[in-house]
Amino acid sequence: MSDYSTHVLVCGGTGCKASEGEEIRNRFNALIREYSLDDEVQVVTTGCFGFCEMGPIVKLLPDKTFYVRVSASDVDEIIREHIVKGRPVERLLYRDPVTGSIVRDSHKMDFYKKQVRVALRNCGFIDPENVEEYIARDGYQALAKCLSEMTPAEVVNEIKKSGLRGRGGGGFPTGLKWEITAKVPGDVKYAVCNADEGDPGAFMDRSILEGDPHSVIEAMAINGYCTGASNGLVYIRAEYPLAITRLKIAIDQARELGLLGKNILGTGFDFDIELRYGAGAFVCGEETALIHSMEGCRGEPTFKPPFPSEEGFLGKPTNVNNVETYANIPVIINKGAEWFASIGTEKSKGTKVFALAGKINNVGLIEVPMGTTLREVIYDIGGGIRGGKKFKAVQTGGPSGGMLTADFLDIPIDYDNLIAAGSMMGSGGMIVMDEDD
Amino acid sequence: MNKITSLSDLKQLREDIQSKIKLRERSDFSDVLVQIKVGMATCGIASGAKETMNVLIEEAERQAIDVVVTQTGCMGFCYAEPTVEVTIPGRDPIVFGHVDKAKAREIIEKYLIQGKLVDGIIPVEFKTIHD
Repeated sequence: MSDYSTHVLVCGGTGCKASEGEEIRNRFNALIREYSLDDEVQVVTTGCFGFCEMGPIVKLLPDKTFYVRVSASDVDEIIREHIVKGRPVERLLYRDPVTGSIVRDSHKMDFYKKQVRVALRNCGFIDPENVEEYIARDGYQALAKCLSEMTPAEVVNEIKKSGLRGRGGGGFPTGLKWEITAKVPGDVKYAVCNADEGDPGAFMDRSILEGDPHSVIEAMAINGYCTGASNGLVYIRAEYPLAITRLKIAIDQARELGLLGKNILGTGFDFDIELRYGAGAFVCGEETALIHSMEGCRGEPTFKPPFPSEEGFLGKPTNVNNVETYANIPVIINKGAEWFASIGTEKSKGTKVFALAGKINNVGLIEVPMGTTLREVIYDIGGGIRGGKKFKAVQTGGPSGGMLTADFLDIPIDYDNLIAAGSMMGSGGMIVMDEDD
Repeated sequence: MNKITSLSDLKQLREDIQSKIKLRERSDFSDVLVQIKVGMATCGIASGAKETMNVLIEEAERQAIDVVVTQTGCMGFCYAEPTVEVTIPGRDPIVFGHVDKAKAREIIEKYLIQGKLVDGIIPVEFKTIHD
């Protein structure tokens, strides 16, 4: 038999890692050897499951058992009782805070029920340090499809048709940005990924890079194919060490497989990626400031035009997209623009990842279709306000955004509604305040 | 690892390694798939439940049918170990007793593929305190 009969998924996001995630994995591995279960049980370190409030999280498949707040000392019991005897360890299962009953399958938890995972499709499911698992989930198929079956203009059209808008905050139509960069003449162009996540309480981009780095690499290469860029640059905060490590591992693996480098998939297309580190200045998340910082200049914004698409890094045409925007690209190519456009509202298509923080019961990382209301996010998914207190406001959009009070709880979240309400989408940080704040 | 030099190379590689995460993909959405639970308490294991489970997994794989095979605790039919519960989506679960390797193959072949019942069904008419 070639396959393992049980997969143990241990969360390896920064949050769970900080609270014993690594010890948990090591203990699993040690005990699996001790019980001679090496051929039957596979331990996988994954990216963030999102339910950070309940971390560290350990998920067992195919038993669909979602263990919460696991510590290294619980591992013996999970192995002895669950894996050897098939009896789940009840005290580590999630209890619905309202009904008090045990919910074993994460899909049935209120936190997950309303979520639709597109950008986070692989987070908490695959080992981000293993390119094979990404490929097994259709990874690099989109790049291969673009390179061998589509012209750059067709790819740009597909992105335009999908209605995808920039997930970093502004919401500029992504396909249009790509088209502009593609049309500017030039031998040297750049594909830049903005991983300078700085909104308060935000950790969407970090989690994507930690949990599914290949999706960003693949999308950047697709962008390079469309615009004619053969150089990719990821501007990432130095304070994201785990994301940097995983991204580096992923880039090395992609190079080794020939998915980055010269003559990718025998199509004559060249593309490679380098990292540039940011020192954590909030303003460098703005694309012109980001470009100046990468050039070694002072990280200050400059007036647009010229837009980076026309005159960007070192004066060359440069496409700058945020991490989450890129993470959506391979899915759009694989599943089609119509599929993507079927999710969301009229002018905001697809899903949006949010980081829930502050006085909310379920602190964590979520992804919902555009058009979900703030009430659904805060009360259904977020489990309401801590200590049963009253909701006062939620801060969205970071420093450029604003506070939304209880009057706005029922507006469907999309770019235009949030602006009309006096805030903005921003990159997706949501800080919830209660009556005492 | 060897370099991937074409789209067909990539597709081949994906085929080759898909089995590594198939178990995860299938089971995470198992409400729509056939579920087989093998009783793996001491009595079950002693009567060969592990071998039965392996045969079920291998046979389902060979016949290319999507099933999720999991282990469970003692179902209480210690006189009929190994016991196996099969749930086809939308139908009531059926428990089979004395499932040795041959019986396991028969269940896959007859019940899952041809839709015919096979001997060895344990009538289950009990209710639990949850019902």
